[in-house]
Amino acid sequence: MQTEKMAMTFIAFCLPFLGALAAPFLTRVLGHRAAWPLSLFPAAIFLHFWRFLPEVSAGEVVTGGYAWVPAYNVSFSWLVDGLSLAFLLLISGIGTLIVLYSGGYLKGHPHQGRFFSFILMFMGAMLGLVASDSFLMLFVFWELTSITSFLLIGFDHGREASRRAALQALVVTGGGGLFLLAGLLVLWNVTGVTQLSLLLSFGEEVRASSFYAAILVLVLGGAFTKSAQFPFHFWLPNAMEAPTPVSAYLHSATMVKAGVYLLMRLNPVLGGTTPWETILPAFGGLTLLVGGVLAIRQTDLKLMLAYTTVASLGLLVMLTGFGSQHAAAAAALYLVAHSLFKGALFMVAGLIDHETGTRHITRLGGLARLMPVTFAAALLAALSMGGLPPFFGFLAKEEVYAALEGGSLRAIAFTLAAVIGNAMMFAVAFAVALKPFLGPRVETPKAPHEGPLLLWLGPVVLALLGLGAGLFSGLVHPMVSSPLATAIAGEPETVTISAMPHASLPLLLSVVTVALGIAVFLLLERARAAAGRLVEDIGWGPDRGFDQVMTGLVRVSHRLARLLQPGLMEAYLTTTFVVVALALLVPLALYGEWPRLPIWPADAQFHEIAVMALALAGVFGVLSAKNRLNAILALGIQGFAVALLFLLFGAPDLSFTQFMVETLSVVILALVMTRLHLQPRDARPLGQKLPDAAVAIACGLGFSLYLLKVTQGRFDPVLTEFFDLYSKAIAHGANVVNVIIVDFRGTDTLGEIAVVMTTGLAILSLIRIRKGSAAAAGPAGGPSAQAVKEEQQP
Amino acid sequence: MNTVIFRTLAPFLTALMLLFSVFVLLRGHNEPGGGFIGGLIAASALAIYGIARGIRPVREALWFHPMTIAAFGLLLACIAGLVSMLAAVPFMTGLWIYPSLFGVEVPLSTVMLFDFGVYLVVVGAVTSIALALEREDI
Repeated sequence: MQTEKMAMTFIAFCLPFLGALAAPFLTRVLGHRAAWPLSLFPAAIFLHFWRFLPEVSAGEVVTGGYAWVPAYNVSFSWLVDGLSLAFLLLISGIGTLIVLYSGGYLKGHPHQGRFFSFILMFMGAMLGLVASDSFLMLFVFWELTSITSFLLIGFDHGREASRRAALQALVVTGGGGLFLLAGLLVLWNVTGVTQLSLLLSFGEEVRASSFYAAILVLVLGGAFTKSAQFPFHFWLPNAMEAPTPVSAYLHSATMVKAGVYLLMRLNPVLGGTTPWETILPAFGGLTLLVGGVLAIRQTDLKLMLAYTTVASLGLLVMLTGFGSQHAAAAAALYLVAHSLFKGALFMVAGLIDHETGTRHITRLGGLARLMPVTFAAALLAALSMGGLPPFFGFLAKEEVYAALEGGSLRAIAFTLAAVIGNAMMFAVAFAVALKPFLGPRVETPKAPHEGPLLLWLGPVVLALLGLGAGLFSGLVHPMVSSPLATAIAGEPETVTISAMPHASLPLLLSVVTVALGIAVFLLLERARAAAGRLVEDIGWGPDRGFDQVMTGLVRVSHRLARLLQPGLMEAYLTTTFVVVALALLVPLALYGEWPRLPIWPADAQFHEIAVMALALAGVFGVLSAKNRLNAILALGIQGFAVALLFLLFGAPDLSFTQFMVETLSVVILALVMTRLHLQPRDARPLGQKLPDAAVAIACGLGFSLYLLKVTQGRFDPVLTEFFDLYSKAIAHGANVVNVIIVDFRGTDTLGEIAVVMTTGLAILSLIRIRKGSAAAAGPAGGPSAQAVKEEQQP
Repeated sequence: MNTVIFRTLAPFLTALMLLFSVFVLLRGHNEPGGGFIGGLIAASALAIYGIARGIRPVREALWFHPMTIAAFGLLLACIAGLVSMLAAVPFMTGLWIYPSLFGVEVPLSTVMLFDFGVYLVVVGAVTSIALALEREDI
C-alpha cells in the first residue's frame, strides 16, 4: 500500500511533463478545446494530493522517494507537510483553472500548443520545488522554474520588451538560484545532511555555526531575488509582458512565492536569531511600502496588480521573519488568501483586456452591464484583497495585525508599515474592480461583451473560494491553515481566527486601514500624480541599474575576449608552448629536482642505435628542408622512428597507434597545406625564427628532463599489479591497455570520443566557412563552390 | 601519386586495410589492437582510396556522411553504457553473454559494442576532416 502510494506520488510529479509532451499534439487536433483534456493533468494531481489532507492535518509528515546517487547521499525524495501540501494544492488547483483560462485567452494563437506545453512544464517544476526533500532536487527545480518562466515571459518573442523582460527575469532569479545552491552546499557541510526533513532537527547547530552569516546571506540572496524583494523587485512588473495567464499563475499565485516558501521552510532552522528577525522584516516592510507606492502610480491594470504583488510578497517576508506568536499563522493565512484573490484579479484584468482591447484604467468604464459575471468575480476578489469581512482576506489581515501588535518601537513601526501598505492595496484592489465597471461607458478599441466560459470560470471559482474559505473557516483552519502555520513555525500552531467581528486592537487597525484605503481610492488621481512625481524625482531605479550592469558586463567580456582571442594562430601556438615549457621546467628548477645525467647504456644494441639515428635524421630533415612538404614528410620519418622505439621496448599498442597517427598526420598536414595555399617555403626572417626555435628547444628540453626524472624515480607497481590481477579476472580481457580504455575507464573514453566527434564537427564547419568565403570572393572560387555543393549532397 | 599502379592497386589495398581494421578492432581485447587503432587504420584506408580516386567515389562508397557514422558510433557507445542500467547495475558496467554459434562459443559483450562505437567515431571524424580538406581535382 505504502509503495503503491509512493509510486502514485512519483507519477503525480511526472504528470505535468507528460502533459507538456502531449499538449502540442492535442492542440493541433482539438484547437483551443485542448484545454479541457489538458486540465485533467493538474486536476488529477490536485485530487491525488487532496488525499494527503487527513494524514497531514493530523500532524504527520509524509516522505518518500528513490535513491539517485547513493554514493553522495543524493536522492529524489519528497516531503509533504502542511507547508508543502498547501503549496501543492494551490499550484495544481489554480493550475487547472489557468490551463482552462489559457484555452480561452490564447484561442486561435498559432503557438497555443507550445504555450500549454510551457505552462505544464512550469507546473511540474513548481510542484517539484515545493515538495523537494533533497537539497539538490530543490535547486534543480528552483532553476527549472526560472527557465520555464523565461520561456513563458518571452512567449511573445517577436517583441523587444518581451525578450528583455524574459532575460531580466532569468538573470535575476536564475542568478539568485546560484546563491541558493551555494547556501545549500554550506548547509550540507555544516550539518552533513542533504535532506530538508533531516535538516529541521539541526537548527541549533546551524544557528551556532560560524558559517551562519554566510548561509543566511546566500539563502536570502536566492529567496529575495525569486520573491522580488526590494531592491530586486524590478523584474516582476517587467514580467507582465507575458500573456495574462502567466502573470496570474507564475507572477502572483506560485513562482514568486517560491522565495517565501524557502524562507518559511527554513524558518525553523535559520529563524529566531537577531539577524533573521531584523533583515527579513526590514526588507519585507520596505518592499511592502515601495510596492504600494509604485502600484498607485500605475494606470495599467496588470502593472497595478503586479506592484501590489510585490507589496504582498514584502508583507509575507516581513511576517515570516517577524517571529511573534501569531506571525506564522498570519503568514499562512495571507499566503493562501493572496493566491486566491490575486489569481482571480489577474484573470479579470486579462479578461477585460481580451474583451475590450485595452487595460488602461483611464480608458475603461461602464462595463458592469456588459460583463456582469466578470464584474461579480472582480468585486468578490477585491473584497477579499481589501480585507473586508467575511472574506478570507479579512481573516488574514486580522491575524497580521494580531501578529504585529505590541508596545515596542519595532512592533509599532511595522504595524504602521502594514497599515499603510494594506491601505494602498485596498485602494488598488477597488480601483481594479470598480473603475472599469462603473461610471459612464467609455469607448474601447473592441466592442466588449461577456467572455466565454473558459475565461470567466477561473476568476469566479477563485473569488468564490475566497468567500467560502472565510465563511467556513472552522473547516478550513484544521485542514490547511493550522498544518501550514505549524510547518512555518516549526512547532504546533492552531489557527482559530474566524470572520465573526470581535472588539480588539486588530479590528480597530482594520477599520483604520479601510478608512485610509477609501481615502486613497477617492483621491486616486491625485495620489497617482504624487507617486509619479516622487518616482520621477528619484530618477535612477534598479531597473535602469540592471541595464547598466548588463551593458557593462557585455563591454568587459567583449574586451576580454578580444584580448584573449586575437585570432592569430602564431600567438596561440607560442602561448601554448611557452606555458608547456614553463610548466615542465619551473617546478624542476624550483624544487631542485634535476635528473642525474644518464650514463650511456653498455648493452645498447645496434638496431636500437640505428632507430635513434633515424629519429635524429628525421629532425634534421625537418630543420633543413627547403620546402614545407618535405618538412612534413621528414617529421613523419621522425614519428615512425619513435613508433619503432615503442615497439622495441614493449609497448605494441602505443606503437601501433603512433604509426597510424603519424601516417594520418602526414596526409592531413599535406592536405591542409594545399588547401590553405601556403607558400611552399617558409620565408620568414631570422628574427622571427629564433624566438620560435628558443621556445621549441625549451619545450623539448623540458620533456626530456622530465622523462629522465620520471624514469629515475622509484617505480610504484601497484597499478600494474592491480590490472594484471583483475584485467582477465573481472573484465575478461588479456590486453590491459584496451581493457582500461573500454572497461575500467570506459566513461573517460566516452567523454573522449564525444570530444573527437565535436572537434571533427568544429573543423568541418571551419573548412566550410572558408569554402563559403572563397566562393563568395569571385570567379577564382569556382572549384570551391562546386566542392560546397559536393559537400552538401550526402 | 597519380600513377596507374597506385590507382589500380588502391581499391584492393583499401579493402584489405578495412578488413584488417575490423580484425584489429576485434582482437583488441586480448592482444594489441582495439577501437582507436582500428578506426585509425580504417580512416587511412579511406584516405588512400580518396587520394587515388578522388573524394566523390569515397563518399559514394561510404553511403552515409562520415559525420553521421561518427554520430552513430557515439550513440552505440552510449547505448552500450545504458544497457547495463537496464540490467540494474551502474552505468557502463560490462555485461557478457556467451551464445553458441555453429557449435563455437562466441563471447559477446557491451564492452565490445562500446569499442565498436569508438571505432566508428574515429573513422567518421577523421574521414570527414580528411575528405573536407581534400580537393576535388586530386
